Amino acid sequence: MSATAYPGLVTSARRAPSHNDVAIQTQGLVKQFGSHRAVDGIDLTVQTGTVFGVLGPNGAGKTTTVRMLATLLRPDGGRARIFGHDVVKEEHVVRQLIGVTGQYASVDETLSALENLIIFARLLGFSRPAAKRKATELLEQFGLVEAAKRPLKHFSGGMRRRLDLAASLIATPPLIFLDEPTTGLDPRSRAQVWDTIRRLVREGTTVLLTTQYLDEADQLADRIAVIDRGRVIAEGTADELKASVGQSSLHLRLADPEDGARAQAIVARVLRSEATFSPEGKRLVMPVSDPSRIADLLVALKENDVDIVEFSMQKPTLDEVFLALTGHEATPSSEVEDSKGVEQP
Amino acid sequence: MSLSMTLHHRTSLRQTVQQSFTMAYRGLLKFRRNPEQLFDVTLQPTLFTLMFTYIFGGAISGDAEHYLPIIIPGVLMQTVITASVATGVQLREDMDKGVFDRFRTLPIARIAPLAGALMADTVRYTIATLVTFVVGYAMGYRPQGGLGDVALAGLLVIVCAFAISWIFAFFGVIARTATSVQGISMLILFPLTFLSNAFVPVNTMPKWLQWFANANPLSHLISAVRELTNSGQIGDEFAISLFAAAVIILLFAPLAVRMYMRKA
Ligand SMILES: Nc1ncnc2c1ncn2[C@@H]1O[C@H](COP(=O)(O)OP(=O)(O)OP(=O)(O)O)[C@@H](O)[C@H]1O
Ligand SMILES: [Mg+2]
Repeated sequence: MSATAYPGLVTSARRAPSHNDVAIQTQGLVKQFGSHRAVDGIDLTVQTGTVFGVLGPNGAGKTTTVRMLATLLRPDGGRARIFGHDVVKEEHVVRQLIGVTGQYASVDETLSALENLIIFARLLGFSRPAAKRKATELLEQFGLVEAAKRPLKHFSGGMRRRLDLAASLIATPPLIFLDEPTTGLDPRSRAQVWDTIRRLVREGTTVLLTTQYLDEADQLADRIAVIDRGRVIAEGTADELKASVGQSSLHLRLADPEDGARAQAIVARVLRSEATFSPEGKRLVMPVSDPSRIADLLVALKENDVDIVEFSMQKPTLDEVFLALTGHEATPSSEVEDSKGVEQP
Repeated sequence: MSLSMTLHHRTSLRQTVQQSFTMAYRGLLKFRRNPEQLFDVTLQPTLFTLMFTYIFGGAISGDAEHYLPIIIPGVLMQTVITASVATGVQLREDMDKGVFDRFRTLPIARIAPLAGALMADTVRYTIATLVTFVVGYAMGYRPQGGLGDVALAGLLVIVCAFAISWIFAFFGVIARTATSVQGISMLILFPLTFLSNAFVPVNTMPKWLQWFANANPLSHLISAVRELTNSGQIGDEFAISLFAAAVIILLFAPLAVRMYMRKA
């Protein structure tokens, strides 16, 4: 960012505290739309230099939270600080510290990729040649060189997404918000976005990303907050979260659906867990806390003449995480530790 | 990544101006991509000059040719004001697009996106002004004031249109949809342009209307343009027009920016 030529007009210039190790801190953040509380008292602390994942289903309040942190929406209650700067009182300072890639592309459809990036760079104080240089560099980095001069109308969703991400990185801000950066992307584009995020983190950028995929949060985030109906219902590392939800599950397909009840009884005896059986799919699903017992189970099934045609282990899906965490109304986040009980009532 | 960047609590004047020009540049790029945005400022002056001259000319001035010095400034003003309504409508449409979210998260002056859009539109007013004078000339309009005065009159109109476009920008910012901006603006535009000296001499109107038409700032603008083009005079009307333009900007620019910030 260029220094101003009129220092007298700057009320007070400060250095971002480089010793500040908390990038984001919110306390009781609230946003109300009419009678609906989209965000209902969210407390978050994000350490500098980490990736923080916000995981939640549709309508959980992820976008609303990000928009408040990015100075796009004014909170109705609570407060939020970015590197110690209040998002309401010091919005102009906060804007110098963040890059935002919203859920919906925030680039100019009628212009080309190059023109978009040059305009953003000029607005950020780059000289004309420097803006052009930066734009070209980012287009190369994001593999958009060939399409650089075409209007975005003809861009694919993945290309638009990448351009959007590139636009957030022009000023190399120390904190980046990514609202569902990979929703709607094909696996290759998703991998590219993941690589970009990892590179940013290596370079010291703090990232807050929202996602609907547990897998994505698992791959990228150091810590994860699960939110539902505007509240944080669980927070921790990916491992803590998965452990709290329960374990991987074992899926078996039986040759004969008549064996269902008998198989359930065997599971209860050997694994000490409750299997659910769906006769249409002849499918038996059970949580597994100790994978070494599976061999015992298979042996026991064989001895009892229960034939199996298919066998697979599956990690918990986001559905299962939510079911486990939101199984009862308004779960306080302190109950996460013992929510294993949800799996084995 | 070093966090040792210098942070500012607001943008300097120089940065604000530079950012507004960047936003204006964006507006110009959009014209190049969508030349149909320039239809209204080319077709409307052509059509209106032809229509008004041949329909009213005989009745008001005896023949079309003698009506031209009266109607050309009138049509010019009407075209340019209509174009400034389109500025507000397009601003509304533009603000609904995702890219405005990015502008809102950039550390730039809040006035820059608005000022830039309005500055870019002065290009449209310039085109409208040129087309009106050229069509008039082709129909036999020979302003006595000479080219320099005609150019100055054109400039005055463009400056005033820029000022007035802040009113419609304000509507653009507060309205929910582009169509409602169009609706409110037209409701203001029609009485203001027709209850003036644009098309007919004011002394043909009833007394109470004369009072309104004489007070109407647009009448002063049109009189200033007529004085300049027809006799090369710069008088009170010129000063009144510029004064009114300044008042409008000082009133509506801060209002529009404040509403824009509140929505953010
Ligand atoms: N501008 C608004 N006006 C009224 N209600 C809103 C507005 N924005 C969001 N909401 C409501 O607030 C709730 C939270 O929305 P939000 O967009 O934050 O969810 P999300 O977690 O981002 O969901 P998604 O995964 O679908 O993006 C939803 O019920 C939504 O309908
Ligand atoms: Mg969202």
